[in-house]
Amino acid sequence: MSHLSLSYEVSGEDFTHAGEASSQVKKTLKRLGYSPDIIRRIAIAMYEAEINMVIHANGGTAEVEIYPERVEIVLQDEGPGIPDIEKAMSEGFSTAPDNVRSLGFGAGMGLPNIKKYADDLNIETEIGKGTKILLTFNVA
Amino acid sequence: MQIKEIISLLECDVICGEEQLELDLHTACGSDMMSDVLAYVKEQSVLLTGLVNPQVVRTADMMDMRCIVFVRGKEPDEDIVELAQERGIALLKTRYRMFTACGRLYANGLQGGCEGK
Ligand SMILES: Nc1ncnc2c1ncn2[C@@H]1O[C@H](COP(=O)(O)OP(=O)(O)O)[C@@H](O)[C@H]1O
Ligand SMILES: [Mg+2]
Repeated sequence: MSHLSLSYEVSGEDFTHAGEASSQVKKTLKRLGYSPDIIRRIAIAMYEAEINMVIHANGGTAEVEIYPERVEIVLQDEGPGIPDIEKAMSEGFSTAPDNVRSLGFGAGMGLPNIKKYADDLNIETEIGKGTKILLTFNVA
Repeated sequence: MQIKEIISLLECDVICGEEQLELDLHTACGSDMMSDVLAYVKEQSVLLTGLVNPQVVRTADMMDMRCIVFVRGKEPDEDIVELAQERGIALLKTRYRMFTACGRLYANGLQGGCEGK
């Protein structure tokens, strides 16, 4: 199987379509025949990161590289950045406003979930500039 | 437990997924916080929730869940139903509240699915 690249714009405007990119990636991985467990791990991690771009950073882009032995996902936004990554990574920490919580997100479990499911998580962030999240999954 | 058994235990209305009523499901999860649902990658097939928005369907889809039960008589709008139909997820609604709905299913053999937790 050759290498496949996918690229998505994630709108920060409407919460309704948040998760569409992750959903497409999941569908593609299924078509390529990866195991359901691996697909679920990738889909959940990307979905949490995509939701984060929508609720915390007014949207961004997602680039997905699918290789036979690994999947790499880069989610990049021009949002406010994350002041304290260690704090942001801790379970239950959230700066999400109440309206986000009433939509079922903002429990402060997103980044911990991502860390749990990705084989590697790398966060580059700069205050006022944005955040870049790199997820790597070993799928062989 | 077949979806039709869930329907009878919770006196559900079927919103969509009529063709799946014989589907046999073993595990469930009840929550209004989607990240809690996403915190366990283990196979879970039914989602009970009081939350009604498209992200409920997307969350269920990411988890490979096959059936969503809206508790407290919550009614999803057309967009939500369409999204569920596209993904082959059955939507049910019950007037039972969360605690009672989960309890009735658990007492009749549906499991939590997260290593017994
Ligand atoms: N892309 C992002 N841009 C800016 N801040 C972010 C981003 N992703 C996460 N954060 C910060 O990290 C916190 C924790 O994220 P997360 O664990 O996903 O919890 P939640 O999204 O439920 O708040 C968020 O509340 C927010 O302050
Ligand atoms: Mg989050």
